[in-house]
Amino acid sequence: MNRRNFIRTSAATAGGLVVGFYLPESGRAADASADGKLNAFVRIAPDDTVTLTIHRAELGQGSVTALSMLLAEELECDWSKIRTEFAKVDPANYGVFGSPVLQGVFGSLSVRTSWDPLRKAGATAREMLIGAAAQQWGVNRAQCRAEKSAVINTATNARASYGSVAQAASKLQAPTTVTLKSPADFKLIGTSPKRLDTRLKVTGKAEYGIDVRVPGMQYAVLERCPVFGGKVASFDASKAKAVAGVQQVVQISNGVAVIADNTWSAMQGRKALNVKWNEGTLANASSAGIRQMFSDLLAKPGAVALNQGNAEAMLASAPKKIDALYEAPYLSHAPMEPHSCVVAVGPDKCEIWAGTQIPSAARDAAEMITGLSKEKIDVHTSYLGGSFGRPGQHVDEAIEIAKTAGVPIKLTWTREDDMQHDIYRPASLTHFAAGLDGDGWPVAWTARVASPSFSGLQNGVDRNGVDGIASVVYDIPNIHVEYHPPDAGIPVGYWRSVGCSQNTFFTECFIDEMAAAGGKDPVELRRRMLAKQPRLLGVLNLAAEKAGWGKPLPPGRFRGVAVVNSLGGFNAQVAEVSLDKSKYRVHRVVCAVDCGQVVNPAGVVQQIQGGIVFGLSALKSGITIDKGRVQQTNFHQYEVLRIDEMPVIEVHLVASHEAPGGIGEASTPPIGPAVANAIFAATGKRIRTLPIKI
Amino acid sequence: MPAILFQLNGRQQSVDVASQMPLLWVLRDHLGLTGTKFGCGMALCGACTVHLNGEAIRSCVMPVANVAGKNVTTIEGLSADGSHPVQRAWVEGDVPQCGYCQSGQIMSVAALLAKNKQPSDSDIDEVMRGNICRCGTYQDIRHAIHRAADIAGGEK
Repeated sequence: MNRRNFIRTSAATAGGLVVGFYLPESGRAADASADGKLNAFVRIAPDDTVTLTIHRAELGQGSVTALSMLLAEELECDWSKIRTEFAKVDPANYGVFGSPVLQGVFGSLSVRTSWDPLRKAGATAREMLIGAAAQQWGVNRAQCRAEKSAVINTATNARASYGSVAQAASKLQAPTTVTLKSPADFKLIGTSPKRLDTRLKVTGKAEYGIDVRVPGMQYAVLERCPVFGGKVASFDASKAKAVAGVQQVVQISNGVAVIADNTWSAMQGRKALNVKWNEGTLANASSAGIRQMFSDLLAKPGAVALNQGNAEAMLASAPKKIDALYEAPYLSHAPMEPHSCVVAVGPDKCEIWAGTQIPSAARDAAEMITGLSKEKIDVHTSYLGGSFGRPGQHVDEAIEIAKTAGVPIKLTWTREDDMQHDIYRPASLTHFAAGLDGDGWPVAWTARVASPSFSGLQNGVDRNGVDGIASVVYDIPNIHVEYHPPDAGIPVGYWRSVGCSQNTFFTECFIDEMAAAGGKDPVELRRRMLAKQPRLLGVLNLAAEKAGWGKPLPPGRFRGVAVVNSLGGFNAQVAEVSLDKSKYRVHRVVCAVDCGQVVNPAGVVQQIQGGIVFGLSALKSGITIDKGRVQQTNFHQYEVLRIDEMPVIEVHLVASHEAPGGIGEASTPPIGPAVANAIFAATGKRIRTLPIKI
Repeated sequence: MPAILFQLNGRQQSVDVASQMPLLWVLRDHLGLTGTKFGCGMALCGACTVHLNGEAIRSCVMPVANVAGKNVTTIEGLSADGSHPVQRAWVEGDVPQCGYCQSGQIMSVAALLAKNKQPSDSDIDEVMRGNICRCGTYQDIRHAIHRAADIAGGEK
């Protein structure tokens, strides 16, 4: 197939955004009325075009391609003739874990939670198509099979295309049980077809939230209080309104919006605003003060997150003891697409076009803000220009602005808005201690964590705050973990790999400290302590072998290692690092991955590479606070990895038919500690505080 | 305001906007060419890269008045059908993840290859460090740049 001539973006219809692919030869429009709708995920047009509904937003992680593969594998459709569209908000059909209210992308769950349901949806549709063809031919369905978007009568070799029987099939009762293929029969799963969204993304045609345009739309930017939690006291918009192109200035709960006939005029208008703020209780907050709050808490016992054996007593009696204080900063998500959202609110209709990980939350917000009932609210999910766990507060703001202004608006956040009003990866200050026996093997480990909570406390513990510490992967007989949730007032939430993003840095560096204190090789110590974790042991051994652990390196190069099980993506990484005075350079990263059954190997490799780059960026920057304000404004103050710092990354996948694990967040946690441990190998100096300063 | 005239993707274009408005917003908001992306507004990330008389420039800091009489090429005008060697190499290597930065990456590479037919890795670093990708596609970008150079040089 010549993909170049094949895939085009379909028209953005008056109704809004239809993202997908169609056959230009057929001139097929987005009209679906003639299609046979077989279930919530599959419909087939008379011309054989198979439309697959993608119920998990595409933020770059490859959901459009991987989820299509799951459906197509069992549907036996012609991969070259599929098109895709994003699902509407309909948690009854598309909820996460069967939730009747929550539809979205998080927790590296898209493939994991779709593995069975989407294969079943594909198989169910296939069986209905076979049933319809058998009826048409008046033969027993047992003598029919499906292949490349057609039903074949095996007795006569007659063929009925899917398109020719789809309408009839859609009227049949869906089978209650279907038999899924065994892995040996997979045709698509385990292969790497080209991503379905590449063509759109190299021609500028992929439509992101920021690209949506609707009739009569105006452009808004929002001035928010620079201090978290602050509110508008009063404002003077006279100068803003005098800026050419500015149409309106409206106040909403979160600030003052300037609405203009283009984005730049709205930005100019915002600069001319004069807003007085009630800065609230955080007006004097600073990073130093926040750290002191964390540090004061560490002096006191916290809520017990894990208690195994008798760590305190063993620590007291251990022949050798070490302890260390680790620290990680708040982090911004900083995806390339700043937040943006288009909203049109009418008396009995609200339409939202947005890139958002949780479209159901967008509908919930619209219901609350507009007072319209759910069926009068449409959420059109567009491509996201990255996201990495960032929540959808832009949608709430845009709904409120559109409602207040009475015109359809596109709200665009600037990069500065994005960096200074994000919901951040929480900072953490964590104290560790360990006891070693006379042979240098760890026998006891304690940790006390101070890190703000964002996902609720159970018995005083936010499991995300201690993830990777209380869920320790190492076999240590005596372990005790405590947790404090300091409320520093800085908004915090999910960030790629969540608690493991900082906690794996701590634990994998501290385990290296234990190895050094006991005179053990870092891989050898991990092997022994992972004896009961076969999948982690497997990736550790594979990464060590592929990286040549223990073998000589070029002069000036040093290795470090780290492992993690992040959301079912078991992986081990070995980083090769060199130093030039105060600068480190990562030359090579070898990553071994066991994520169970791989749906799309090329997609997994992309995610592993991307997660490593994301983790390397997290070693370079942090969000700091002064006078209640974020000090970083843009990429010159919040540095991220660029191509000239890019290491060579080698990914080795373990063949497995275990259930698929998460992959989008798997590789971010280990890269930091692997690099820090390599720096220790080079310098003898431990890196315990991020961002890295040598 | 007098209209500002320039060549856009091979056609004469006239716009009637504030002369200081950055080209980025003229393209996106006034002309509906949304393939060129807003990323930072300070020429720090490269998402808004377009060609001005064949040179890669950051359209987010380029006042539209400064392009009067010149040739502007955006991702939409790089090729009619996605057949530019850089786009072909990008498809072959399945480079994009979220894809948001990729218009800018591709425009930067196209300008690089127009001057330097076989860039070395350090040539690539020097030019492409101006284009951030948060999904981390840099390794695939580097491979695709070398591949695009080969395609442009006549290799199949």
